[in-house]
Amino acid sequence: MAKVKKSPWLLHYDGSSCNGCDIEVLASLTPVYDAERFGIENTGDPMQADIFLVTGGVNTQNRDVVRQLYEQMPNPKVVVAVGVCACTGGVFKDCYNILGGVDKVIPVDIYVPGCAARPQAIIDGLVKAIDLFEKRANEWETSLKGVKKGE
Amino acid sequence: MIDWMVPFLIGFPLLIALLVFFVGNHKLRAMIIYTGAAVIMAVTAALTVTFFMNGAQTVKFAVETEVIDHVILCTELFLMIFVSYLCFKYRKYWIALLSIVPTLLIAWFDLTVPKEALTHIYVDRLAVLMCLIIGFVGSMIAVYAAGYMHGYHVHHTEVQDRRNVFYALLFIFLSAMFGFVLSSDLMWIDLFWEITSVCSFLLIGYTRTEEAITNSFRALWMNLLGGTALAVGIVFGGVFCGTTNLQRMVYYGRAGIGAATITIALIAFAALTKSAQLPFSGWLLGAMVAPTPSSALLHSATMVKAGVYILFRLSPALHGNMTGDMITFVGGFTFLAASFMAIANCDGKKVLAFSTISNLGLMVACAGMGTSGTIWAGVFLMIFHAVSKSLLFQDIGAVENSIHSRNIEDMHGLLFRLPRLATFMFIGIACMFLAPFGMLISKGSTLKASIDEGNILMTLFICFGSAATAFYWSKWMGKLLQKNNDGRYVDVTRRNELVSLYFHATVMVGLCLFYPAMSTSFVHPLVQELYGTVVDVLPLSTLVLMTVIILAVFAIPLVAYGYTKNLETERKLSYMNGINLGDNKHFVGSMGEARQANLVNFYFDKLIGPERLMRPSCVITVVVLVVMICMIVGGAVV
Amino acid sequence: MSMNSILWALAYLILAPFIGGLMEGFDRKISARMQRRVGPPLLQPFYDVKKLLNKEIIIVSRGQSLMMITYMLMMILTGVVFFLGMDLLMCFFVLSTAAAFLYFAAMITNSPYSTMGASRELVQMMAYEPAVLLCAVGLYLATGSFYVRDMIAGAWSPILKLPGIFIAFVFCLTIKLRKSPFDTSTSRHPHQELVKGLTTEMGARNLAFYTITEWYEIVFLMAVVALFIINSNPLSYVAAVIVVALVYFLEILIDNSSARIKWEKMIIMAWTCTLVFAGVNMIILMLIK
Repeated sequence: MAKVKKSPWLLHYDGSSCNGCDIEVLASLTPVYDAERFGIENTGDPMQADIFLVTGGVNTQNRDVVRQLYEQMPNPKVVVAVGVCACTGGVFKDCYNILGGVDKVIPVDIYVPGCAARPQAIIDGLVKAIDLFEKRANEWETSLKGVKKGE
Repeated sequence: MIDWMVPFLIGFPLLIALLVFFVGNHKLRAMIIYTGAAVIMAVTAALTVTFFMNGAQTVKFAVETEVIDHVILCTELFLMIFVSYLCFKYRKYWIALLSIVPTLLIAWFDLTVPKEALTHIYVDRLAVLMCLIIGFVGSMIAVYAAGYMHGYHVHHTEVQDRRNVFYALLFIFLSAMFGFVLSSDLMWIDLFWEITSVCSFLLIGYTRTEEAITNSFRALWMNLLGGTALAVGIVFGGVFCGTTNLQRMVYYGRAGIGAATITIALIAFAALTKSAQLPFSGWLLGAMVAPTPSSALLHSATMVKAGVYILFRLSPALHGNMTGDMITFVGGFTFLAASFMAIANCDGKKVLAFSTISNLGLMVACAGMGTSGTIWAGVFLMIFHAVSKSLLFQDIGAVENSIHSRNIEDMHGLLFRLPRLATFMFIGIACMFLAPFGMLISKGSTLKASIDEGNILMTLFICFGSAATAFYWSKWMGKLLQKNNDGRYVDVTRRNELVSLYFHATVMVGLCLFYPAMSTSFVHPLVQELYGTVVDVLPLSTLVLMTVIILAVFAIPLVAYGYTKNLETERKLSYMNGINLGDNKHFVGSMGEARQANLVNFYFDKLIGPERLMRPSCVITVVVLVVMICMIVGGAVV
Repeated sequence: MSMNSILWALAYLILAPFIGGLMEGFDRKISARMQRRVGPPLLQPFYDVKKLLNKEIIIVSRGQSLMMITYMLMMILTGVVFFLGMDLLMCFFVLSTAAAFLYFAAMITNSPYSTMGASRELVQMMAYEPAVLLCAVGLYLATGSFYVRDMIAGAWSPILKLPGIFIAFVFCLTIKLRKSPFDTSTSRHPHQELVKGLTTEMGARNLAFYTITEWYEIVFLMAVVALFIINSNPLSYVAAVIVVALVYFLEILIDNSSARIKWEKMIIMAWTCTLVFAGVNMIILMLIK
């Protein structure tokens, strides 16, 4: 069993958010909420990240960026959409350049609603993401073993 | 056996020089060069073997020299006339003085003052070592030159094709170098000294462009200045000590006889010019305009080593006196300053030039401290430096022929784009600064010796200098490693160039592997011979440790390779904020267009470039030299 | 080479990662407390590495793994040579070779952030190198040998003769450990202008190697600090542990209370410090010798 649960590292990407959710994401790392006590580290590097946390909707410009960042993350990985814009496009949904929520481009696992999403909600979403991450890691390990046996 | 080999080594290259000068056919000329190089190498090897078969006894002979003395005098006069003619032709009148004055002085001395008849030829381990370097590295460079110059003239159509002169000069040069290291009579040494100066002058001016001519005259006057000091020293020593024998002079110098001290100081000063120490480094930097083989031959492997060689010979007389302190300071300071200036250059050949100067500085400082320990380190530095620099110079020449640039920035990912040549470069650079290869160990020993000597300045020079050295070499190696997806270059290296490159690389790796063994079997006795005392620089346990580490360093990458080879991996694009265009090189610009990411190394050229550092460094060394020489002369006279 | 030294080397080989990991855990915990946070568990670094080893192996360039493993093995070799009681100068040389391989590992990816981080790392190497060499020089002057086994056998602690060199070494330790204000090449703290700098392209397993190597490195460096204290008296080992703990705490404090500075300033500061403290110390030692 892979005990990866204790070390989920974040990659935070700001799509076309109004920065409201971004402030809250950062707030959840401050002393009051201290996400690091779960081992969460806010890394800026997709190669080292496990949880992809996106705020804001996807627009025509950042569509490829979101996809590339997602692809650069090693398996197993989890995607969390934070805030209503990231979930569905929110109030910007009908803008000429907005494609909609993050799930238009990459598969999203956890949706955290709110405008802006509160730190408590974000941490709650993260904790759910961590459980999913653990599950995926176990599946990943089994699949690797399967490959080895298959040889 | 040895009594015919020595004149053969001096005479035979002259014969080859004559042949290549007059043969016009390219193929035939190349054949002559190969044969000549092969014979020189074979005789050098035979000399070494015979020398060791005879129990490594020092061989001396005094030749009946009536005729030879006249020949020498005539040659010197001829050189004087030749140099003066060229100086007048290019309107550098004052340089002619530097040739006329010492030659006439020597001529007067030769004809009027009677001398003690002593040995003229002196073959000991140091001389044999130098012969090996000259014979093998030098001949290989000649072989390389045969291929290189062909490519050179294909690319540089503006340069007049005077290859026969070039090859002839190379061989004359080899002959002079053999003569230089095998003689023990200072009159002979002076002649060969002058010949190497003039040869280098002609080689640097080969292309006859304005820059080449300016630089060649700079080299000329600096070397002639050294020659003048040498001549004055010889005459002074001859008149007041009554000998022109080098070993005898060192003996007198060790005994602290005033006149000998002055002679030794002057010879040491001459050696500084030859070894391109500050403030005379300018000529070596300017010499880089010449075609690469001459850079390799003159400035890495042989000619600059002549200065170091003579200092090693003098070193027993340099320990703990003012001359030694002067040499140590100049050497140490040059090591530091040149290392910094090397950082600020992106021209590969310039970096090599600066690094040559800085490494020579270290060797010079080793000689200046003049203890058995430092000479041990110095000899090793010399061996490693000769081979690896020669390799690097030739390699950069070959790379230039292939990629039409010698700018380090253009060597981006060269290890993947021009694998063979880049590997050679990698080996050469690795041996220059990575542990546990020779250069670094020697640096360590020098450091230890300078602490033992209580030389604070030298200790600081080495500590700071090696930080800078590591910086510019790693920077260069990193550049070679940066893998991008650009296509391969066409490797246009010719077979004769490759022969030389492979030879050097193999010798280099061999030296690294058998370094401890070489220390006990060859370098230790060599130092013992010079000093007459037993030295124990590296205790056995260190040698064992060295061997283990060397093996580990060779094994570790292999282990790592074995591990990574079959690793199942997922290849990702490199991180460019998610706007990597898929080739790890271009990204999406702000206007949606593709833009290339250019990665450049640090150079700090505004901060520590030669433009900024050269002048103050020269001033410092000039002041030190002038003051110290005044003090030495004053001290000896009083 | 005595039995004892072989045991020490074996202990280093096996225990160093655990001690190093624990030290990093303390570092993170204390840092968090300094920022009035709860902070991660003490064993967090081990969880991190375990996770990294369990992830998909990703690479940007195959050569990187090769360089990383070479870096790791070289670093281990450095420590082993040290704990075998061998030549300290040789240790530092192998250490610099190991550091060069880390630089190569970052350069080989040809990625902008990684390259910039690597270039800065090289500047950092240049900044700390003189102090490291002078540390060996100072210990040699104080104890009369370059051999670690002789250095620890003296009657007095070398630090009594080497206060200046100790200060210079600890100063440069901050650079070597890439602690703020000298964390220009890469930093544990999130959100910096170079993403992750040197380690940007190291995902999953390579990052695990990097972290483990850091653990080995930190134990080695702290052992060098201890070298200043240890003498033939067994009690000095206790003192050494205390001093190492204090030095490490000091590094954490500096890390948490200073902002990053530019490399020019770093070099000037480091070299001035080296010249003033180590240089003067050395001059005095050489004069009284």
